[in-house]
Amino acid sequence: MDILAHVPILVVGIPLLGAFATPLIGRAGARARNWFAIFILLLTTALAIALAVSVYQSGPRVYVLGGQSFGFTLPSGYFFPIRIILEVDGMSAFFALIIAVTTLLGAIYSTAFIAGHSGLEKYYALLLLLAAGMFGMVVTGDAFNFFVFLEITSIAATGLVAFRTGRAESSEAAFKMMVLYNIGGLFVLLAVAILYGQYGALNFAYLARLIEYSLLDVIALALFVLALALKAGAVPMHMWVPDAYPAAPAPITMVMVANTQIGLYGLYRICFTLYGLKLTPALVGWIVIILGLASIFIGVSMAVIQRDLKRLIAYSGIAQIGYMLLGVGVGLAVLGTPALNSYGLMAMKGGIFHIINHAFYEGLLFLAAGAISYRTGTRNLDELGGLAHNMRWTAIFFIIGGAAIAGLPPFNGFASKLIIYESVFKFNPILAVIALLASILTLAIYTRAFQSAFVGPQLPAYKDVREAPASMMFPMGVLAILTVLFGLFPDLVVKYLVTPAAQALVNQAQYIEAILGAGLGVK
Amino acid sequence: MSKLVRTIGWLLYAPILIFGFYVIMHGHLTPGGGFQGGAVVASGFALLIVAYGAKGAGLKERLLSAVESGGALIFVGLAFLGLGATFFYNFLAAGGGVVFNELVPSGPNPGDLNTAGTLPLMNWAVGLKVLSGLGSIVLLLALFPGEEE
Amino acid sequence: MIANFPYVTAILLMIFGLYAALFRRNLVKIAIGITLMESGVNLFLVSLGYRRGGIAPIYTLAPEAGERMVLPTPQALTLTSIVIGLATTAVLLALIVVIYRHYGTLDADKINKLRG
Repeated sequence: MDILAHVPILVVGIPLLGAFATPLIGRAGARARNWFAIFILLLTTALAIALAVSVYQSGPRVYVLGGQSFGFTLPSGYFFPIRIILEVDGMSAFFALIIAVTTLLGAIYSTAFIAGHSGLEKYYALLLLLAAGMFGMVVTGDAFNFFVFLEITSIAATGLVAFRTGRAESSEAAFKMMVLYNIGGLFVLLAVAILYGQYGALNFAYLARLIEYSLLDVIALALFVLALALKAGAVPMHMWVPDAYPAAPAPITMVMVANTQIGLYGLYRICFTLYGLKLTPALVGWIVIILGLASIFIGVSMAVIQRDLKRLIAYSGIAQIGYMLLGVGVGLAVLGTPALNSYGLMAMKGGIFHIINHAFYEGLLFLAAGAISYRTGTRNLDELGGLAHNMRWTAIFFIIGGAAIAGLPPFNGFASKLIIYESVFKFNPILAVIALLASILTLAIYTRAFQSAFVGPQLPAYKDVREAPASMMFPMGVLAILTVLFGLFPDLVVKYLVTPAAQALVNQAQYIEAILGAGLGVK
Repeated sequence: MSKLVRTIGWLLYAPILIFGFYVIMHGHLTPGGGFQGGAVVASGFALLIVAYGAKGAGLKERLLSAVESGGALIFVGLAFLGLGATFFYNFLAAGGGVVFNELVPSGPNPGDLNTAGTLPLMNWAVGLKVLSGLGSIVLLLALFPGEEE
Repeated sequence: MIANFPYVTAILLMIFGLYAALFRRNLVKIAIGITLMESGVNLFLVSLGYRRGGIAPIYTLAPEAGERMVLPTPQALTLTSIVIGLATTAVLLALIVVIYRHYGTLDADKINKLRG
């Protein structure tokens, strides 16, 4: 059996198997359970890397579940795609890498952070389930399957956010999030049903070939955009983000960042691959741009007034989501015009590059905030102070994360934001100026946050505070190294990781061809 | 609950279980299947909990949780066994294996249980998962403290 | 006209559900609103699969000559979405129980640790 041929489904199947096995393994003891979860995620990471390498080298991969051929030919000769098909292109592989890294590091960080809590076998099971759901959303090529995995991530994420049931705000935030996720999920299902009712198919590639942009298609597109922007936490559907992020345990918050980015993946996939040139690119592009601008503006201005460290990071994270929407929105607005090649593609590359950078530095910031609350028991910036004396490494990691989110060289946030500014400036200078100003404000926010948490004389209350344990330092170290490396060698990352992803979005014909062309072969 | 409810619950428990398992077993032939049958069985559990209280019903959360994991593992494991061709490939159907390997007869027929390959096994896996999952949901919601009668 | 009746009902159910989920203050009523929306979408999905004169795709009732089975895909989709809806409802209700334990109320206006 050729393992590599089955990689597209294995990245979903193995975390799923691990999730169901964890409660049983958990009876053998806490150590066995932790190592098992980490082992499963390590294996998944290896598979995700193998998948990305093969996709980047040889184009989209197609995998058919449950049969040799994906379609069904009626006696009348009418060909009909009926099975669930996975399709992995550059964009999917790019996101699979982000998911693999964040979930693996989250599991390692959890071993110390959440130790001693009861019911931890359920915690790791939900973490693996969330990983399976996110992988499923990025590898699937089937609209209904996309909805199913979306709901799996919603349920698993809600369970994880509400995991510390002893805290009232956890359940409250989880309830709010679950109601909104649920409404979003039902919107996606309704949109899928509308498309199915018209075209009798669920396959993205098949639908993309048939779609006509009739009134019903416009309604479906609006439902998709609304629901996926909600999942991505874009303003004005951002209310759940600043509640859910602080309420969740720190490693989960990091995974949740990746989970919101999957919303962006869905948005891009629907706009570029499903509708492509059929939609009116300028209009939809401007809607995405305005969503992005609103996110940047509201996110930054709300972050200024926060006193809770994790809430502050959450609001500034909303602003960063805005940058991703802005970059890719500009690309969408000029889709199909000559401007795409002059600056549109560059803006998309900037937005997509910012996604992976954001996953790393935002994760780093949340983990550092988690280390602080783990040792001091508070996240309130008014109470904290002088922690640099005792938690030197955490302070350094926080500086790296803060500098990256504010877009200072030589960190990765600078590299991607620079690309966004340059290309957006050519599209519309005012947009670039707003983005730049928001970035400066972010710098001020993080300078103040750093200053009130770390700088100053040693407070008597925190005299005996020690550095966080090694299993929490290790994930932070990895993320910090990645943040610096991506900032030092942005051209390499853009060339080998980001460009194939951006090309995959623009090249709708290739996506369709991979399934409906001659290139279908399972073995 | 009153003696009347207890007695009727005790009498109905076995028929509900049998009907639930029947629905699971015939899932590949008739409407129904693992989920629906499992839900019927779990409603039997709910009846016991209503009649005898969460403590008196004799359901063990630990056991239900183990069965739930086991059912899910069997389901995903069967999907993995299809990897000879593709994930979820029905490797038992139509002469491929030792059981459930007969072809479905065409035309109106009483139903042949020995068909459909891995589907009956998956129905059982889903049925076990659902009956224990729903059972433990009902049990845990009933067990929440401060709500004793 | 009569053929469109299921669709109209489905849309109405969804609108009522959305209204209840967004504007009701009682947490249990919010959960009911969500399930109402779910029923609407499910009704929409399953009515897509209706064909005049088609019979249910059940193998023990395999069709006589001249009869045709409907395609089971919309029904399978509806069943899947019902199962998912059950899971989400269970999560919502469990959260409501936990919230009630903490606050002693189901009124969303009085549950306000998180604001701003």
